[in-house]
Amino acid sequence: MPYISLEAHLPGITGLLEYRKDTAAPIRSLTQVLLRGPSTLSEGERELIATIVSYGNECKFCTAAHTAAADTLLGESNTSQRMKENIVSAPVSEKMKALLEIAALVRQNGKNVTDEAIQKAKKEGATDIEIHDTVLIAALFCLYNRYVDGLATVTPPQPEFYQALADRLVKHGYNRLPQGYDHLKKTATEVK
Amino acid sequence: MPHIQVPEGVPGIRSLVMFRPETGQYLYELAQVLLRGESPLSEAERELIAAYVSSRNNCMFCMSSHAAAARCLYGDQKNIVDEVLADMQRSSVTEKMKSLLHIAGKVQILGKEVTEEDVAAAREQGASEREIHDTVLIAATFSMFNRYVDGLASWTPTDPAAYEEMGVRMSTKGYALPTKI
Repeated sequence: MPYISLEAHLPGITGLLEYRKDTAAPIRSLTQVLLRGPSTLSEGERELIATIVSYGNECKFCTAAHTAAADTLLGESNTSQRMKENIVSAPVSEKMKALLEIAALVRQNGKNVTDEAIQKAKKEGATDIEIHDTVLIAALFCLYNRYVDGLATVTPPQPEFYQALADRLVKHGYNRLPQGYDHLKKTATEVK
Repeated sequence: MPHIQVPEGVPGIRSLVMFRPETGQYLYELAQVLLRGESPLSEAERELIAAYVSSRNNCMFCMSSHAAAARCLYGDQKNIVDEVLADMQRSSVTEKMKSLLHIAGKVQILGKEVTEEDVAAAREQGASEREIHDTVLIAATFSMFNRYVDGLASWTPTDPAAYEEMGVRMSTKGYALPTKI
């Protein structure tokens, strides 16, 4: 049970973003530009960064949602699975490994990001903007994970829920749906 | 030295948002609505939560600047800020604020650290749902800002006078995206 009154048909982050819309607006816009805006990192790579941070923060809702989004964008689920097991042996480029390592350090504390970790990423060809965006995506998910778990929002157990959410994130991105979320009320009852 | 090439001589988050205003504009919008927008918590209380979380994350830049803003906003009660940063439980802040700061401290560690008992204790002290929500979101937001500022090793001034000046600006003008040095 969430610690505050949230709409029952909107588990996880969505209920929070609908609870207070004036703070949700910049959080949504920031996420949209970071994860879907113009970038030399693919959308799939950026979802992997969101996933590794949420996984490290033990946020089940965000981990399931962004794993599903990354898998949908990449067209397979092997990469996200192996990344969660071990970044070093994950089937991603050396540059991505270095950026994922930076994200994992940011998750612990900003001060834990070492010159060595940054130099390694630069040596593998990471640009200043890629390093910046990696750090900010990791920091942003430290916000999301704490918001979602700190108010004890509902984490649905059904994998279909996260696939439907991922399809929405891939198709519509992170902006608020123009029609709102009332249409999900029916689906929520059907799933249970 | 910052890890990336941000404008020289600009401190903390200001240098980062000038490097990337595409994301920076929303970070400043969030700070403005969260810390200055409509809320049952006063601006002083919200800046205090920000400073408290930043202190627990050892983020000197955010801690010093938000503590300075909180001191300005608390006015003749400004000692509360330093009391809370030194020892929150023994400070002269209200019992309700103590229970909210306790929740903020849990959020700083990890979201799932916040227990039903923590929330029940805050409600017993008269905290509303919206106050609990805003406390959690401020603590979560500063868990982001602190990591952004330190994760890119942005410049942290050491002169206390620099923060006093920032505190005055933040408490009177709020948060607007910096466009030039």
